[in-house]
This record gives sequence, C-alpha cells and structure tokens, in this order.
Amino acid sequence: MTQDDLSIADPKMRAQGVSVFYGEKQAINDVSIDVGTDLVTAFIGPSGCGKSTFLRSLNRMNDTIAGAKVTGTIELDGEDIYAPSMDVVQLRARVGMVFQKPNPFPKSIYDNVAYGSRIHGLASSKADLDGIVERALTRAGLWDEVKDRLTESGTALSGGQQQRLCIARAIAVDPEVILMDEPCSALDPIATAKIEELIHELRGKYAIVIVTHNMQQAARVSQRTAFFHLGTLVEYGKTTDIFTNPKAERTKDYITGRYG
Amino acid sequence: MTFNAAALLLLILGLALIGWLAGRARSAMLAGRSGKKLHSRPQYHGWYVALWLFVPAAIFLAIWSSVSPGLITNQVLASPAAESLPAFGFERSAILSDARDVAQGKAAKVRLPAAAPLVEPYAAATHRYAWIGIAAMLALALAGGLYAFTRIRPDFRARTRVERIVMALLLLASLVAILTTFGIVLSLLFESLRFFSLVPMRELLFGTHWNPQSGAPVADTFGGIPLFWGTVLIGAIIAMIVAIPIGMMSAVYLTQYAAPTVRKWVKPMLEILAGVPTVVYGYFAALTVAPALRNFAVAIGIPNASTESALAAGVVMGVMIIPFVSSMADDSINAVPQAMRDGSLALGATPNETIRQVLIPAALPGVMGGILLAVSRAIGETMIVVMAAGLSANLTANPFASVTTVTAQIVKLLTGDQEFDSAKTLAAFALGLVLFLVTLLLNIVALRIVKKYREAYE
Ligand SMILES: Nc1ncnc2c1ncn2[C@@H]1O[C@H](COP(=O)(O)OP(=O)(O)O)[C@@H](O)[C@H]1O
Ligand SMILES: [Mg+2]
Repeated sequence: MTQDDLSIADPKMRAQGVSVFYGEKQAINDVSIDVGTDLVTAFIGPSGCGKSTFLRSLNRMNDTIAGAKVTGTIELDGEDIYAPSMDVVQLRARVGMVFQKPNPFPKSIYDNVAYGSRIHGLASSKADLDGIVERALTRAGLWDEVKDRLTESGTALSGGQQQRLCIARAIAVDPEVILMDEPCSALDPIATAKIEELIHELRGKYAIVIVTHNMQQAARVSQRTAFFHLGTLVEYGKTTDIFTNPKAERTKDYITGRYG
Repeated sequence: MTFNAAALLLLILGLALIGWLAGRARSAMLAGRSGKKLHSRPQYHGWYVALWLFVPAAIFLAIWSSVSPGLITNQVLASPAAESLPAFGFERSAILSDARDVAQGKAAKVRLPAAAPLVEPYAAATHRYAWIGIAAMLALALAGGLYAFTRIRPDFRARTRVERIVMALLLLASLVAILTTFGIVLSLLFESLRFFSLVPMRELLFGTHWNPQSGAPVADTFGGIPLFWGTVLIGAIIAMIVAIPIGMMSAVYLTQYAAPTVRKWVKPMLEILAGVPTVVYGYFAALTVAPALRNFAVAIGIPNASTESALAAGVVMGVMIIPFVSSMADDSINAVPQAMRDGSLALGATPNETIRQVLIPAALPGVMGGILLAVSRAIGETMIVVMAAGLSANLTANPFASVTTVTAQIVKLLTGDQEFDSAKTLAAFALGLVLFLVTLLLNIVALRIVKKYREAYE
C-alpha cells in the first residue's frame, strides 16, 4: 500500500522545529512531524512527556492557557496556522478536538451536536440542521441509540455514549483533522472497543491524531506512531515498525514495558 | 450579701484548678501504687475532674443568674409591704426597681417615696436567694468533682470521657445560634397571634388599605398589600433590574477577561463595597439620588414625582446588592468545569460565544440561587428604604412616586411612645413574621438550587 509508505508526499499537517513553553518551562523541544491525510497517527509516551501539549498546539488550544508559547512552524495544508492572517476560529473548525474526559455541554443531545453548526452558520434551515445532526450522530455510531431522545440532556448519557456524542459534535462542523487526547482513558473496555471501531470507520474521511496511553490501542488503530519522551520526539514511523522493530533504545524500553 | 456571678465564676474556676491538680495527682499515685499502667495520661484525669466540677456548676450559675431576680421580686410582692403598690404599668415597675437598687447597694437612697417600705423586703429576699444560689452551686461543684474524683482508676478511660465532654460543649456552642433563632421565631409568633386575635389575618394579607391608628383597631386600616407591593417593587423589581445585569457582567468580566492582577484588585474592592453600612447607602439615596431623580422626572413631565421615590431606593439598593450578585455569579461561573469551556473553544466558538452559550447557561442554576438570596436580602433591607422610599402606603406602579415597604413600616410602628399591646404595635410583629417566613422560604429554595447545581459538577 502506498499510503503506508513512510514518506508523506502531501501531509495534512506539518510541524517543523516546534517547541512549546509554559512560562519559563519548556514542555516540547524541537519536534518535527508530518500528519498524513488518510492516516491515523498515534502519539505514545510516558505521562508528562508532552503529548497533550503538542496535540493542543495543532489547533492552537494552547492559546487559551496563560503563559503558553509555541515556536517553530505548524502548517495545515501548507498554511502556517500561527500566522497572523490565520483565523483561529476557522482553524478550530477545521481541526476538531475530542478530550480525555467526555465533556458534553449541559444541553440536549441535539443542541450539543448542532452547537458548532449554529456558531459557524453551516445550516440554512431547520431541516438542513436536522440533516447535519443526523449525519454526525450516524457517523459517530450513536444515532440508533439516541434518535428517540434527542431532546434529553447530553450529560444523561453513559460515559461511552458521551464520548461518541463529543466525537459527533466535532464531526458536525465537518473538520479535516480530528485530534483525540486519550479519548478512552475514562471509559470501560466495551465503550473503548466501540470508540476504536469508530476510529477505524472514520479513517480516510478525516486525518486523525490520537494520544493514547495504551500501546495495544496504538497498535490496533494507527498506521503511524510517534514516541515522545521528556518533551522530545524520539521516534516516528509506521506503527508496525515501531512495535516490531524499534530503532531507538528508549522506544524499545518503553514498548517492552521497562518504564512508563 | 448579693449574688455576684462574676466572683462566683472565678471561685469555681479556682475549684476546678484544684480539682485538676487533685485528679492528676491521684491518677499518678494510684498508678504508682498498683504498678498498673495508666490508660490515659494523668492530665486527662485532671481534666476529667475539673470539667465535672466546673461545667454543672457553671450551667447552674447561668440559670440562677437569670431566674433569681424573678424569684426575689415574687417574694417581695408576697410581702405585706407590697399590698399598697399600684396594680400595673410603668409606675409599679419604677417603684420596684428603685427599691431594688437601694437594697442591692446600687443607689444610696430611694427616689420615689413609695419605694421606701419595699427596700427592707428586697434586701431580705436578695440575701436569701443569694445564699440559696451559692450553697446550691457549691454543692453541685463538689458533688461533680467528687463523683469524678472517685472514678479515677489506672484503667479508667479518662481521655475518651474528656473528648466526649469537649464534643458536647462544642455541640452546645453550635446550638446557641439555632436556639436563638428558634426563640426569635417563637416570640414573633406569639406577638403575631395576639395581633391576629384583634385583626383578621385575611385583612393583613389581602387588604389594600394601610393606615393603622392607635387605640382600638379600626376595620380596613391594616391592609398589607401596599406594603408588600412596595417591598416587591423596590427589592425584587427595581433593585434586581440594576443588580442582575451589572453583577452578571462584572462577574463575566472578572472570571473571563480580567488579567489576574486586575482581578486581584477589583474582587476585594467589590467585597469591601458589600461591607459598607447600609445607612451610608441610605444617605446617598436620600441626599443625592432621590433629588436627582425627582428633577429628572419633573423635567420629563411625570406627575406626582416626589423626593422620596421607589426608584431612588431601588436603584441604590440594587447598587448595594451588586457585589453580592457578582460574587455568587463569579462562584457559579468558576464552578463550570474548564473542560466545558475548552470543548466550546475547540469547536471554533469565540470566547464571547462560549460565555453566552455555554458558561452562562451552565452557571444559570447557581446564579438563580444567588439571585434569590439577593432578593431575600433586598426585601429585608431597612435603612435605605426608611431614608429614601418614604412612609406613605401608595399602591402605585409609578417608580417616581413614594411607596413604603414592610421594613420601613415596622420601624414606623415601633418608634415613638406607644403602648405595647395595641393593634398598631402588634402589627409590627405580624409584618415581621410575614417577612421572616418569606425570606426563610426564599433562602431554602435558593440554597437547594445552589446545592443541586454544585452536585451536578462534582
Ligand atoms: N497548563 C500548564 N501549565 C504549566 N505546565 C503544564 C501545563 N500543562 C502541562 N504542563 C506541563 O507540561 C508537561 C507536559 O504535559 P502534558 O502535555 O500534559 O503531558 P502528557 O499529555 O504527555 O501526559 C508536564 O511536565 C506538565 O506538567
Ligand atoms: Mg495528556
């Protein structure tokens, strides 16, 4: 398969020499990485190594943290996302995000999914919006479970359903990239399996970047894996290579469970 | 010989100290003699004896100090010299207190001639009850001390007992406030019942004409509706129209936009505002805001604009409530998890959209609770309305007109010379009861809402 070739000719996102600082403290040091359009990219590494920090710099969520600073360049389709001309609202509509803990708004299921479309004015009519909501929920594999209770509060769903609602909410604004920060860490094994299945189905429609603690999960869902350690990118390559034939000693140690 | 509570308190404190030393020494001695190990360290045995000695005696002291004057007076009234006293009223109590002061050495000689024959019985009664009190107190102290002292054994669990006694004392302290409230409610209730025996409750609650007169109650003069309306107009409508938007906006600014340094300065300043005595706001309302509003009203041709207006009192009360609403809203907005805000921003919402569509709706239940508390505070506020709203009971929706409130009328009814059993005076208690019940209800509902809201984000 050509798409599993390591060189990515036309990356969806390209980070070059990226460092992230929280005040004086440096959390990410000189990371360069390409994110493929049709691929699922996994970020692995011991906790505190900067995976979330780097992920948040891809949709400029670090802007919301006082004192956070990003240097280097990050491009989306060749466009510098930290350039003054980049509208951060547009950027975040194109690069969606799913968080570690499901965070549905205390609104109805329908309003949760419709939230982004309403803000960005994507629907021209009520019927249009209904269609967007239905498609997003269907893609997130939640439609059959909630179609009769769209007016109920999103917070009344189970943890796994809430997380799929959050994925539907992100899909509804039709993003190009979806960032997921340990989306299953608060879920039970069955809900986790559903999310993984969903990631399989979404692959190809969106560029997906997933941070995970769970190495089996990275091996199951991703085609590319990046191993972070102490704020640096130690190794990046095809998932199969990283897990069967890691080049760096630190990667091998981590994968074989010597630390983490 | 009079009953000097302070000196007696010192006396039992001294006894308690002796008890402490004795208890400690005895426990150490018993342990030494029997060779057994003490369960509790010697000072706990000391404390055990001291507490048993002190607490019952001190409680008796407190009770005796409050009941003995009554007992003394009763004995005096039973004496033959009291037969010539006037039957009731101020004169009678003036004579009695005059005689008492002389008998207890607080005055050199009687001012009222009628008091002279009573001095002797008073002195005798004082003397008698002082001795009874002192003897009973000492007996109680000694009995308590001895009881505790004889229970000391090496394996006696003095530490556990002391802990339990201390806990009981702490419980007692926390009950004081509750019991006081209970007492207040009872007295309000009692006086209100007396009022309702003179004037039907229906009239107070639903009557529309308020013009209470001294003497026997006249029909259709105790209608509370104008007061209730004035209270609602000022406290729940005008004040809230001012306080809710400004308080909310300041909370949004402080939680979402203000730099930490700004927040560090502005928040304490708002809190200081909340501590300004209400009489100061009253001056501001009466001297500055009310005349300005009246001039404005006259200029735009509003009829019967008065210098005392609902608007002046309501606006200033609203300003007074701003810090309260703002700090409640601040807490509620801060209680909304950061994840909610991130979720909205990550969808491409602007900070403004996030505040309006996610944060405020999510914080609303908490804010509502805060607003109800603010209303309950506003309708109980007295000084501003007395100074700025006026005392004429008008049933009007014109905010430039003078209206009156429940609290202002209570003040009016209770000031000046009045006999304490006319319907006019008793009406103050009935109004107080209504106010108390309404604010109590508001507080209960508000606290429930706030609590539920907190749970939702646990
Ligand atoms: N908001 C923040 N302010 C300051 N330091 C932070 C902040 N968020 C994360 N960090 C620090 O940056 C480093 C990387 O954190 P993070 O990206 O959350 O790691 P990971 O997701 O890999 O567990 C950690 O040392 C963490 O303490
Ligand atoms: Mg993380």
